[in-house]
Amino acid sequence: MTSSAIEATGLGQRYGTRWKGRWALRGCSFRIPTGRVCALVGPNGAGKSTLLAQAAGLLLPTEGSVRTLGAVPSAARERIAYVAQEKPLYPRLTVDETLRMGHTLNPGRWDAATAERIVEGGTLDRGARIRTLSGGQRTRVALALALGKRPELLLLDEPMADLDPLARHQLMGILLGGAAEHGTTVLISSHILAELENACDYLLLMDGGRVRLGGEVDDILTAHTVVTGPAGDLGPHTVVESRTTGRQLTALVRPDGPLDDTWQTHAPSLEELLLSHLRSPDAPPLLTPSAEAEPAALRKAVSA
Amino acid sequence: MIEYRIDRRSGVATYLQIVQQTKQALRLGLLEPGDKLPTAREVVEATAVNPNTVLKAYRELEREGLAEGRRGLGTFVRGTLGHGSADSALRAELAAWVTRARAEGMEKDDVTALFTAVIDETFEDKAFEDETSKGDGA
Repeated sequence: MTSSAIEATGLGQRYGTRWKGRWALRGCSFRIPTGRVCALVGPNGAGKSTLLAQAAGLLLPTEGSVRTLGAVPSAARERIAYVAQEKPLYPRLTVDETLRMGHTLNPGRWDAATAERIVEGGTLDRGARIRTLSGGQRTRVALALALGKRPELLLLDEPMADLDPLARHQLMGILLGGAAEHGTTVLISSHILAELENACDYLLLMDGGRVRLGGEVDDILTAHTVVTGPAGDLGPHTVVESRTTGRQLTALVRPDGPLDDTWQTHAPSLEELLLSHLRSPDAPPLLTPSAEAEPAALRKAVSA
Repeated sequence: MIEYRIDRRSGVATYLQIVQQTKQALRLGLLEPGDKLPTAREVVEATAVNPNTVLKAYRELEREGLAEGRRGLGTFVRGTLGHGSADSALRAELAAWVTRARAEGMEKDDVTALFTAVIDETFEDKAFEDETSKGDGA
C-alpha cells in the first residue's frame, strides 16, 4: 500500500459552543494516498473548507484526528501548501515583494521559475500592490506562492472560482504539470465538478459534514450502474437512487452480483453519479479499499 | 511531435482519446518509429488532464506494441499502423474519388454515409473484424 497524504479518523469539527454549536464535520474517516490529484466536491456547507483547514493545520479538530504526510499537520507544514478560499495575501506588498517573501520564507525549497511562470502568465504589473489587484490576479499570485513552495501536498480551496476560462486552463495545466513531475498530491475543492472531472483521478464527495464517496474515480464509476426497466425488485443490489415513471423504473445501483437480463444497463457519468448521491442523502457511503482509513491499532502495529 | 486535443463532451474516455489520436497519427504517417511522444508533463500542461490519464494511455500504447518507454528519456514510437500514410497512392485514389463524387452533386453527408456503408460491408469479414476490435477494446 502506498503511503497516505491525508488520513482522517473519526474527524469532527464543531463551530460555536457545546450547547449551541453546529457540527460542520462529523465522523469522517478516510485516506488519500500520495501522488493523487483528488477532487473534493460537495454542495455549499458540506464541510470542504473545514476539512482543508484542518489538513493544513490551521484548525484543531474538535474530535478525531487528521494526519498529513504521516505527521500531525502542524509538523508537516513545511511540506504543505494551502490556498484558502479568500486567497489571503499581504495587501500592502507588491507582487514582486510577495514573491521575494515566498523565497525568503521557504529557504531551500523555493522554485522561482514556476512562481515566475505563473505570474508572467497574467497581465500583472509586478510593482502593483496586492490590494490594487483584481480577484483573478490575486488568485494568480496566491497560486504562485503555493506552487513556488514546491509542496508535497497542495491543498486548494475553490482556487479557480474567480479565474476566466483561459487562465483556469493555463493554471490547471501548470499545476498538473508540476504534479506529474514531482509527484505532488493535490486536494482541490470545488462545487463545479466539470472543471475537475478530467484533472482528477481521485474523489472525495462530502455532504452534510460526512464523506459519502471516496476513492479512485474509475473504481467509483465502475462500482455503479444505471439500470432501467419495468418497475420491480432490485434484489440484492444496493440502490442509491430510484425513480419510477409510469411502469418504468430508472435507478442507480451498486450491483452485488450479476444483474437480471430484464434490466437495461449503462455506465453513469461522474456528474450523474454525484447528483444521484446528493439527491439521496440516505444512500450508504462507499469508500474504495485505498480510501479506507486504517484502524488505529493496525497503524501502530505497522509502524512498530 | 503530436499534440492531443481532448474533447470533454465526446463521451470517450480521455485516455482512449489519447490512444486513438496517437493511432490516427501513426496511420497517417504523422508519427513514425523512433519519434518521441510528448512527456506526460507536456501533455498535462497543454490539456489540463490528469497525469495518470496520460500515463495510462502510454501504457496502453506500449501494451499494443506501438510505443516503448525508455527510462529517463521518454516514450518513443515503436510500431506502425496500417498503410494509409498521408501521401500514399490509396489516399490519392480516394481523393480523386471524393472529388468525382462531389462533381456529381453529392453532399458531404452523402459521401460519408456511402463511404461508411461500404467500409462496414467490406469489413464484416471475420478476420478483419478481429483485427479492428482488438484495437478498440477496453
